[in-house]
Amino acid sequence: MSVLVYVENTEGKFKKSTYEVISYAKEIANQMGTKLTAVSIGDVSDSVLSELGKYGAEKVLNVTNDKLKTFVNKAYASVIAEAAKSEGASIVVLSATFTGKGLAPRVAVKLQAGYAVGVTELPNISGGGFVVKKGAFSGKAFSNVSITSENKVLTLTPNAYKIVESGSNANVVPFESNIKESDFQAMVLDIVRATDKVSLPDAELVVSAGRGLKGPENWGMIEELADLLGAATACSKPVSDADWRPHSEHVGQTGIAVSPNLYIAIGISGAIQHLAGVSSSKVIVVINKDPEAPFFKVADYGIVGDAFEVVPKIIEAVKKFKENA
Amino acid sequence: MKILVCISNVPDTTTKITFTENNTQFNSAGVQYIINPYDELALSKAIDICEGGKGTVSVLNVGEANTEPTIRKALAIGADDAIRVNAKPVNAYFVANQIANVAKTGGYDMILFGRESIDFNGSQVCAMVGELLDIPSISIVKKLTLDGSKAILEREIEGGKEVIETSLPFAASCSEGVAEPKIPNMRGIMSARTKPLTVVDSIDVPKVIEVINYETPAPRGSVKMIDSSTPEALIDALHNEAKVI
Repeated sequence: MSVLVYVENTEGKFKKSTYEVISYAKEIANQMGTKLTAVSIGDVSDSVLSELGKYGAEKVLNVTNDKLKTFVNKAYASVIAEAAKSEGASIVVLSATFTGKGLAPRVAVKLQAGYAVGVTELPNISGGGFVVKKGAFSGKAFSNVSITSENKVLTLTPNAYKIVESGSNANVVPFESNIKESDFQAMVLDIVRATDKVSLPDAELVVSAGRGLKGPENWGMIEELADLLGAATACSKPVSDADWRPHSEHVGQTGIAVSPNLYIAIGISGAIQHLAGVSSSKVIVVINKDPEAPFFKVADYGIVGDAFEVVPKIIEAVKKFKENA
Repeated sequence: MKILVCISNVPDTTTKITFTENNTQFNSAGVQYIINPYDELALSKAIDICEGGKGTVSVLNVGEANTEPTIRKALAIGADDAIRVNAKPVNAYFVANQIANVAKTGGYDMILFGRESIDFNGSQVCAMVGELLDIPSISIVKKLTLDGSKAILEREIEGGKEVIETSLPFAASCSEGVAEPKIPNMRGIMSARTKPLTVVDSIDVPKVIEVINYETPAPRGSVKMIDSSTPEALIDALHNEAKVI
């Protein structure tokens, strides 16, 4: 029995969420008194892989098949399930990224495993059970679920678990897997990435704006503030519905749920659907000219004022802060 | 072209979420149920593809009799027929097995879902059905176009998109951008009453997971108001007190 973690790379590199999921899986392995193995698929250098040991992966299975250089959902799921079987892993952990959430259900079916998606805390394994907390009702609640099957699959919400450095270098070993031709019915033709911006699901800091901004032409100051802070930009549903901003920026119950360290909401009143998408943010700042805006009720810091007056002042204050830092 | 669209019956987005029986049951008293908004996008896309006699759209729901108003709404929007698997949708694994069991003999060219349901947010069923049927599954699709015997889909990834080509049949979960939601017209509402709705029995599925109880998020501390004339006080608080910048 052991724990297996899938380490997702982006163009040969690992993101923060990958180190989080290794740290999380390592702690589960510790609790169960067993070892953690990582599986990597694609083109990642041995030196980068061996560094995963720092976060607790003692062994890294390295799958470098040419056909798996780009993401192939079906084939990747086959490889992960096979790695779990070969390692005798009864617990498989992935990051709840877009890719992880597409893979994990397939892995769960292959392993006949109960699957808890988007967990936020370590499982409670006392008394031989396995109970874990996850989000429910689009951020409006949590549920504690008990996985009763022998095998278990988990995906960890990004930014929910702290990175822990514990070990030394990992032992990187090649892993060959028998992939079927039928695993390649769907293939990636192209990948388009906006490289100049912080991506919203990954972001630790988010600057978000709503209808209070009055029009898409006024987003310059929002982008400026976000750039200064190294934050991602986001928006409310009416804003993306009106095409002022792309749908990929829409935060809320029917958009993206975010869990950044800091969420700054400017000119957003705080409808229940929007609040659902931001409820797991660690710190919330609300700037609104209406002192009765419901968003203030869930905020940690609030400023009552017109966005067009307050935001430029905040930009100046951040600039000064950066100069003195 | 035969398309199966799987729909969930979920609490309206304005619902305040509360629980009963020691936080073990969702409190459905006074709750309005709707088609899961993402499933509605999948349905709209399917209707667009089949428009003008190019195919048929079936909707499938795993639920008890109380979900029939939601199914009729889907028929009013434009689905041709409906199937209800008569069972409580206890978890994604159970639901996916029911759907796969219906779909395996249905000869569908594609099976469409919403990216996630707004009650359990699992984003699981599409990929599970794909795996159970051994067909590709593409999650969180923002664009879908057919090209002969193939389909081209755009999938959302962190900070960008992936363009994927797949053979038919496949399973895909739909997100914003895939289609504009359709509003049922009077003719649709009238005809929905007489469109076929077949009720089938569920199959047994091994139990792998169960909900123990629910929690509501801990209330936040009270808000600290900062005067708009002193924004540096905000930056100071975020740096020294909250330690987030």
